[in-house]
Amino acid sequence: MKSKTIKVDYLARVEGEGGLSVKIKGDKVIEAKLNIFEPPRFFEGFLRGRKFTEAPDITARICGICPVAYQMSSSHAMETACGVSVEGQLRQLRRLLYCGEWIESHVLHIYMLHAPDFLGYQDAIQLAKDYPDVVNRALKLKKLGNDIVALVGGREIHPINPRVGGFYKVPKKEEMNALGERLKWGIDASLETIQLVTTFPFPDFEQDYEYVSLCHPDEYPLNRGRIISNKGIDISAAEFLNYFEEEHVKHSTSLHAKVKERGRYHVGPMARYNLNFDKLPEIAREAAIKAGIGEKCHNPFKSIIVRAVETLFACHEALQIIENYEIPDKPSIDVKPHQSTGHWCTEAPRGLLYHHYSIDDNGIITDARIIPPTSQNQKVIEDDLFHFVGKNMNLSDEELTWKCEQVVRNYDPCISCSCHFLKLNIERE
Amino acid sequence: MVDKLRPKLAVWKFASCDGCQLSLLDCEDELLAVAEAIEIANFPEASRRVLKGPYDVSLVEGSITTPHDAERIHKVRRLSKFLVTIGSCATGGGIQALRNFGDVKEYTRYVYANPEYIETLSKSTPISDHVYVDFELRGCPINKYHLVELISALLNNRKPNIPTYSTCIECKRKGIICVMVSKGLPCLGPVTQAGCGALCPSYNRGCFGCYGPKETPNTESLGKLWGQLNNTDEEIMRAFRSFNAYAEPFRKASESYEK
Repeated sequence: MKSKTIKVDYLARVEGEGGLSVKIKGDKVIEAKLNIFEPPRFFEGFLRGRKFTEAPDITARICGICPVAYQMSSSHAMETACGVSVEGQLRQLRRLLYCGEWIESHVLHIYMLHAPDFLGYQDAIQLAKDYPDVVNRALKLKKLGNDIVALVGGREIHPINPRVGGFYKVPKKEEMNALGERLKWGIDASLETIQLVTTFPFPDFEQDYEYVSLCHPDEYPLNRGRIISNKGIDISAAEFLNYFEEEHVKHSTSLHAKVKERGRYHVGPMARYNLNFDKLPEIAREAAIKAGIGEKCHNPFKSIIVRAVETLFACHEALQIIENYEIPDKPSIDVKPHQSTGHWCTEAPRGLLYHHYSIDDNGIITDARIIPPTSQNQKVIEDDLFHFVGKNMNLSDEELTWKCEQVVRNYDPCISCSCHFLKLNIERE
Repeated sequence: MVDKLRPKLAVWKFASCDGCQLSLLDCEDELLAVAEAIEIANFPEASRRVLKGPYDVSLVEGSITTPHDAERIHKVRRLSKFLVTIGSCATGGGIQALRNFGDVKEYTRYVYANPEYIETLSKSTPISDHVYVDFELRGCPINKYHLVELISALLNNRKPNIPTYSTCIECKRKGIICVMVSKGLPCLGPVTQAGCGALCPSYNRGCFGCYGPKETPNTESLGKLWGQLNNTDEEIMRAFRSFNAYAEPFRKASESYEK
């Protein structure tokens, strides 16, 4: 039987570094693996012994792309442990901060990491030579997201303003209003983004996924909601570990999460969209229908359209929050520690982010557990690779290699959250 | 320092969160101009294209934590005319250097079910412990304008204009009332290098040391003052032991408060 190996040393345009290998024998795929050898950083280990108020600052450092997600999940988990809840305008400010991160992160992925694949470019800088208007729009929209994070959070990467209980300082009304016009532009730019990505050529590839995301009775989920799936899960964050578990496999320093009873599941924009379409504002629902993805979208390559729809949602939501903003009485509420445990999930740009902490009466962390979205998606990514390669054996090795990279990029994996060094290795035996 | 032709830039990642290299992509207003002036020759987070070395400038993010990376950094050094470390992980070992004060085997057992799969060094160390470093940009994360200044300085064969004085100077210049004096908030500003624009004091909180120790910091005196503000030894130890825990002045300070 013919045997050959296709090798790409580095999978580019993902956050962090990792690898993957697909073994083929004749015309059958034998194995597809996402290899992650990110040097372990042991966050859960050294969180023990730290003060509960330090968790947002420390866990932000897990990821430079989505630090807000870590700050939100950790703050909420600590507040739950301490029996308090942040409400009103402070809660809205947190939503605004998260909208900023979604915009910044989604636009980075759509235009700079994902779109070049569809248009046949190596990167966005090459793309800018032929499509300067497109790339300039992307940079302006990304900057808008970053400026929201900087206004509410203090700075774009590793914000300093969020804390357990709220914020250190809240923005002034005029500072918020200054973003209004830009967000109106952002809504238009998001609509143009949806139009653009809809024209991309998409491979015909659909899978039967178990989608898992938060679900809130009347909001598209960011910080709150029950954890639901299209296959019957409907639980609170406190029950998370009863339904999900992590495995430690040899080829990854990022633990593989699975539904205990069934195995792989899918988190992120596609999961949120399929489980919460009716919670999107009308403008986003209409744009999605017009883009032809319907209320359900099961083609992971089309996640780029879903991300664009979510960017539109985030701009729209941010504008609503700004228009209804009243300065809260206090920048934060008091949070008194006692021996307790708190669990929480929020929706990071890449999907569900679970945090769980135990603290003692002095507020010292005695136990910590963090399950980032990328480790939850690892099994789905491997499964997509397995089936995609199986259906596309006719492609040349070069083309197949690029498409396999794209299969991984569909999930916008944040390998730094969990992993490193992506090496693509297709073996044909 | 750099060629007359467009100099080639490479970006390398070791143990880190990606935030510092993301700072380059966060230069939304400057990115395309930077890409005109320099050849972004090897930047996997942004491009599939890899141009062969050697490189005129290498930006190195992250700390050394595995035997493999301890080898790889030498290869990076050989390929680089000018090597710049960016961010607290690369310049000081990063938050992951907290392992240096504990038992890494215990951490591994705590986090991973099968510790035998994990290959890691007992310490997280800065790049300068392994190879010669030409320049460093501090911060967790770095200031993106420092990055633009660095690239601009290299293109013009001049020294980058990056301050090494304390955060206090920035704070005074901004006219912020001292949070330690007026509110009794513990603040690391007097011993921390400038760079963030005294962000935390302007948000009603004390500096927590993202930019690491300034030149000749008096950590002992600051520790005493923190004690007078009713902070326990353990709290003072934790303050020095965060994102720049293994940078020598902070390491010594935290160890002096260890029971």
